[in-house]
Amino acid sequence: MGIRVTDISKSYKNVKALKGITFDVKEGELFGLIGPDGAGKTTLFRILTTLLFSDEGEATVAGYDVVLDYKDIRQSVGYMPGKFSLYQDLTVEENLNFFATIFGTTIEENYDLIKDIYIQIEPFKKRRAGQLSGGMKQKLALSCALIHKPKVLFLDEPTTGVDPVSRKEFWEMLKRLQKKGITILVSTPYMDEAALCDRIALIQDGGILEIDTPESIVHKFPKALYNIGANNMYQLIRSLNNYEHLYSVYPFGEFVHYADKRPAFNIADLAQYLDAQGLKSFSIEPTKPTIEDTFMELAKK
Amino acid sequence: MKRFIGFIKKEFYHIFRDKRSLFILFGMPIAQILLFGFAITNEINNVDIAILDHSKDASTQEIINKISASKYFTIEQFITREADIEDAFKKGKIKAVLNFEKDFSKNLIKEQRATLQIISDATDPNTANTITNYISSILKNYEQSKNRSIELDYQVIPETRMVYNPELKSVFTFVPGVMTIILMLVSAMMTSISITREKELGTMEILLVSPIKPFQVIIGKVVPYIFLSVINAIVIVILSIFIFKMPVQGSLFLLGAESVLFIIASLALGILISTISETQQTAMMISLMGLMLPVILLSGFIFPISSMPEPLQVISHIIPAKWFIVIIKGIMLKGVDISFLWKESVILIGMTILFIGLSIKKYKIRLE
Amino acid sequence: MKENNVIEAEELTKEFGAFTAVNAISFEVKKGEIFGFLGANGAGKTTAMKMLIGISKPSSGKAKVAGFDVYAQAESIKKNIGYMSQKFALYDDLTVKENITFFGGIYGLSRARIKEKTKHLIMELGLDGIADQLVGSLPLGWKQKLSFSVSLLHEPKIVFLDEPTGGVDPITRRQFWEMIYKSANQGTTIFVTTHYMDEAEYCDRVSIMVDGRIEALDTPKKLKAQFNVDNMNDVFLKLARG
Repeated sequence: MGIRVTDISKSYKNVKALKGITFDVKEGELFGLIGPDGAGKTTLFRILTTLLFSDEGEATVAGYDVVLDYKDIRQSVGYMPGKFSLYQDLTVEENLNFFATIFGTTIEENYDLIKDIYIQIEPFKKRRAGQLSGGMKQKLALSCALIHKPKVLFLDEPTTGVDPVSRKEFWEMLKRLQKKGITILVSTPYMDEAALCDRIALIQDGGILEIDTPESIVHKFPKALYNIGANNMYQLIRSLNNYEHLYSVYPFGEFVHYADKRPAFNIADLAQYLDAQGLKSFSIEPTKPTIEDTFMELAKK
Repeated sequence: MKRFIGFIKKEFYHIFRDKRSLFILFGMPIAQILLFGFAITNEINNVDIAILDHSKDASTQEIINKISASKYFTIEQFITREADIEDAFKKGKIKAVLNFEKDFSKNLIKEQRATLQIISDATDPNTANTITNYISSILKNYEQSKNRSIELDYQVIPETRMVYNPELKSVFTFVPGVMTIILMLVSAMMTSISITREKELGTMEILLVSPIKPFQVIIGKVVPYIFLSVINAIVIVILSIFIFKMPVQGSLFLLGAESVLFIIASLALGILISTISETQQTAMMISLMGLMLPVILLSGFIFPISSMPEPLQVISHIIPAKWFIVIIKGIMLKGVDISFLWKESVILIGMTILFIGLSIKKYKIRLE
Repeated sequence: MKENNVIEAEELTKEFGAFTAVNAISFEVKKGEIFGFLGANGAGKTTAMKMLIGISKPSSGKAKVAGFDVYAQAESIKKNIGYMSQKFALYDDLTVKENITFFGGIYGLSRARIKEKTKHLIMELGLDGIADQLVGSLPLGWKQKLSFSVSLLHEPKIVFLDEPTGGVDPITRRQFWEMIYKSANQGTTIFVTTHYMDEAEYCDRVSIMVDGRIEALDTPKKLKAQFNVDNMNDVFLKLARG
């Protein structure tokens, strides 16, 4: 009853946007599609919201077929496209009223569902949507997508271009909506947001790399991982790249994440090597892989 | 129905909050009609002319007096030799020279014909034409007065005939054209822009993924502009009646009905344009290049269709504006009724149905 | 100006009518440093950066960039800085080579120099096979890397990067940061404006703007220690919530 996607493919002219994607979203689940720009997330959303036909494969949303029952889907899903898509020249209240009307409902009727989101922007209800800050726009867009009590909510990169405070609040809101029984499919390029979903699909170049819970996904990283820091980042990366036992090295903020080919890795060996390379005040410490580490590991193959 | 009304309400918000579209909607019609009425005109006033009078007799004097008494001409100089004509033109001020032949009066009485040569500066052919026409009608007037008093049958030398616009007021011929352009522009361009704007903003995506039906979206887009275009048409007619003293000979009701028909045809064209353009910019370009230019050039608004080459005449038939201009000229200037205009009206109705059919067929319920 | 500093701002302020977009900010950026300039949308980052790159006159305060005064020597500043933004980078309808040639021309490089740079750049980025392809047909990550290299064509002292890696895939993003480390290592100063906090983690020092003021300025490590959290995102959350 949530979402079922079977072997969906889609090409534009000469680009394969989706290459045989299959996954299920259970009813009431908060499911994340995690991947960079151009991975095919938006195309998938458009197929599921009946805006595009797929070339191959089948999909159902809330039990309705995306091709045959497109009218039913349009009645029962909420959709927030990647770009802020409300009327900038209409006020907050007018936007919400408009979307309520075209879905054949009123703000009052479903107020309980949007209440804790809308209450935050209600003081600005006479302000034009174009003059809202990024975070407020996003809250308004979510309110509009929810106004008709959808069974399934599609959110295409809702947090892109939004500051960290608003991002955090946004995810808290999603968690609360999920408790009200709404199935949510959300996409994001931010790996750190993946941890907040029930299950995630890592997606790149139109294909799914892995589907699982965030906790299980990080366990799929095949090696032990180390945080290495040093006085000169550039030299550190160069030296590690030349190290004969290197499995992978990626900069991660002020450190690099390093994995070694050998099953029995000796920190002292590496320390000696780095010292010989002229690096100073370096540190080598074991660390836990993140979703991003797993993503890169899977994407390499 | 509630959905539909909600949609229309939203459209009005858009229109009234966008200064640019408000200006196009209401500023432009007024500006255009005043521009065409006052500035771009075929009328002449106080044009400087020169006289070369070889006979200097009573008749020539009388004609010269008549001409200089009219508000159209000022006699700037008298010249005495043919050789000076070119000089007079080169100095630049004069637009025409009247050359009376020798023994003008004598010839007029003896042979019942005399020749007056009108030499005009054709660098501006329109003005030259008008000057010639005006002088001719003054001469005709003179002949008539002569004939009546002396009861002799003089031959009419210059032959001109002006009907329907006896005062030769060019604003009268421009009003139907300007009205056509404005209705077309406002209706077609504004609807196509307002639909493509939703595509550009991404709101079309949300509308598609909602229970509102495509035809509700289209009709919802169209209704406000029918309303505004009708207001525009009324403003234009009022302006032409009260500022330019243009007579409306035929039925105002018929004029209104035909205007609504043309507005609907233009709106349908606008929707058709929006189905083939993805951005507001494209919609605007297609509206301007595809609609404005043909309307100005091929509808008979500025260049008479009868003097166009055959292929262009054929093309002019498929331009809705051409038929509308025929219709409103008929109603406003000739005062004819529907029995004379049914053919044009039927053609317009046919075109409207075709455009609506095409846009419904082309309108996408998905993004591709 | 101190020997080592390439940017010095003192009480730099920009007012728009009654609204103070940038409120007396002071900071220094050293040669070869990767400096993160953070803040939420509307915190004043863009306005501040516009003053530093010489396209907006400050209301008051002092600032020197690459040794030039922002009031009197804006033109000299423009010649000595590079700029790259995710929104505007390269022309999609020109090929890789044409883009390089075009931007080389804009920065006033000689023909021979452009040729040499083009060759070098194509080799370094591994673009051999696709140098004559339209930039529009390249994957986003490649565009980003090319665009960064193009902003370095005229060997500027400072490069301003505006949200350079938002939305890029994680591997390409790391390759991108390796390129940044390399140029910084060669002495180019990197000035990154962003509101993506994970980009901030890569910087040597970061400043965080809130409502027109710089509320924090230090290395990511010290900031995290100061606020007792384990990532920059939480530093930002704590600052923004007061």
